[in-house]
Amino acid sequence: MSKRVVMTGNETVAEAVRQINPDVVAAYPITPSTAVVEYISQYVADGLIDTEFVTAESEHSALSACIGAAAGGGRVMNATSAQGLALMWEMLYIASAMRLPMILAVVNRALSGPINIHGDHSDTMGARDCGWIQLYSENCQEVYDNMLQAVRISEHIDVRTPVIVALDGFITSHAIDTLETERDEDVKRFIGDYITLNSILDTKNVVTYGAIDFQDYYFEHKRQQLEGLHKSAEIIKSVGEEFGRTFGREYGFFEGYKLDDAEYAIVAMNSAAGTIKTVIDDLREEGVKAGLLKLRVFRPFPAAEIAEALKTMKVVAILDRTSTAGAQGGPLFSEIRSALYSESSRPGIVNYIYGLGGKDLTPEHIRYVYDTLRRIDRTGKIDRLVDYLNLREEGGQD
Amino acid sequence: MKTWKELPLGGIIKDVGNTKDYITGTWRTERPVFLEDKCTQCFMCCMVCPDSAVIIKDEKVIGFNYNHCKGCGICAVECLSKPKAIEMEQEEQF
Repeated sequence: MSKRVVMTGNETVAEAVRQINPDVVAAYPITPSTAVVEYISQYVADGLIDTEFVTAESEHSALSACIGAAAGGGRVMNATSAQGLALMWEMLYIASAMRLPMILAVVNRALSGPINIHGDHSDTMGARDCGWIQLYSENCQEVYDNMLQAVRISEHIDVRTPVIVALDGFITSHAIDTLETERDEDVKRFIGDYITLNSILDTKNVVTYGAIDFQDYYFEHKRQQLEGLHKSAEIIKSVGEEFGRTFGREYGFFEGYKLDDAEYAIVAMNSAAGTIKTVIDDLREEGVKAGLLKLRVFRPFPAAEIAEALKTMKVVAILDRTSTAGAQGGPLFSEIRSALYSESSRPGIVNYIYGLGGKDLTPEHIRYVYDTLRRIDRTGKIDRLVDYLNLREEGGQD
Repeated sequence: MKTWKELPLGGIIKDVGNTKDYITGTWRTERPVFLEDKCTQCFMCCMVCPDSAVIIKDEKVIGFNYNHCKGCGICAVECLSKPKAIEMEQEEQF
């Protein structure tokens, strides 16, 4: 029995945390995720949850405290953005290498410099190799649903890997959206009890965490760590299906919007998908077979499934909300282009960098992308493999 | 040695204290030599050794554990006996 509510994205994260009632939240507030931490501290102060709330002196310490608490056998959560995530960097790798389940809500924000507080994906895309599962969310509903599923995914015995739930700064975190939330008891039943494994507080079964690991074991441990991410793919899928059976909203690796019969597709993540869907509806009325692949799971990267979904397209545009300096294009572009390589027939493919530092992405920009895809199909010629949307420059689309 | 599939999850150690089985004495270029007749049994070497490599038996220092001593020489510098009861010697002599 769900309830229709209105909330900001930050409030949605906090509401999920309230229902999950984790053992420990250790956090340090940073724009635009500050309100998440404020709400949680309020819930603790009001006695709504019995979470141990640790106010750390930095994000590095906040994640360190989370790691300690998780090693101690607790269900642990945290929230941050941009510079906060950057300051957590070395601890991100340690949390995943220790195979500690935990959930980190990242409200996507541009990494400095220049200094900026608005949304782009440079923070989580920069953290893409840290060994964390990454789930992306288009709107508040997906934020809420991803948070609940993340608990099950992260804590699964075959996974035991931390999860980042990402949402766009300000557009999702601060805008008020409608969503359906579930009853506390239903959420509790869905996430289940936390199963403690190898707790450092268990004095009867003493274990050491974080021992030095040289040429004799380091490589073997890293390979074993990868297995948690590999196996998480099937768990993400089964949890998404179970979520659908339980609450009526099913999830997979990605959402295809009018994709099955599409000829021209855009691939994007998070809030941009809403704008793209609107443009697709307009284009479909004009007879243009436009479609969208909205990626939800970036890590582990569902390469085979994406290739299967895109291989029949004529031309595809990959939208990256980060600039990967010196690379062949954005991270999403590189991954998808590589995923399509082994297909015998491949669509044309181009990359657009957009929305850096919160720069607007309007329906006109999306329409420009689809127009370009159709022109490429007509002429067979790609002028710019990697281009920029809504960037002031001579010869640009504006 | 164990394959990656056989290792405990997350690099944890279940047989705690297994450092004693991890031989690091081969890193040494110099070794401390214990001169029993000069030792006053003050235990300073034992307190300053970073590797817990000073062997104590029946409440007396009797020598060094060369499986774990890395030859840092702190014990020889800090030794309070006069003349000193610990001398550093080149490892290749042994």
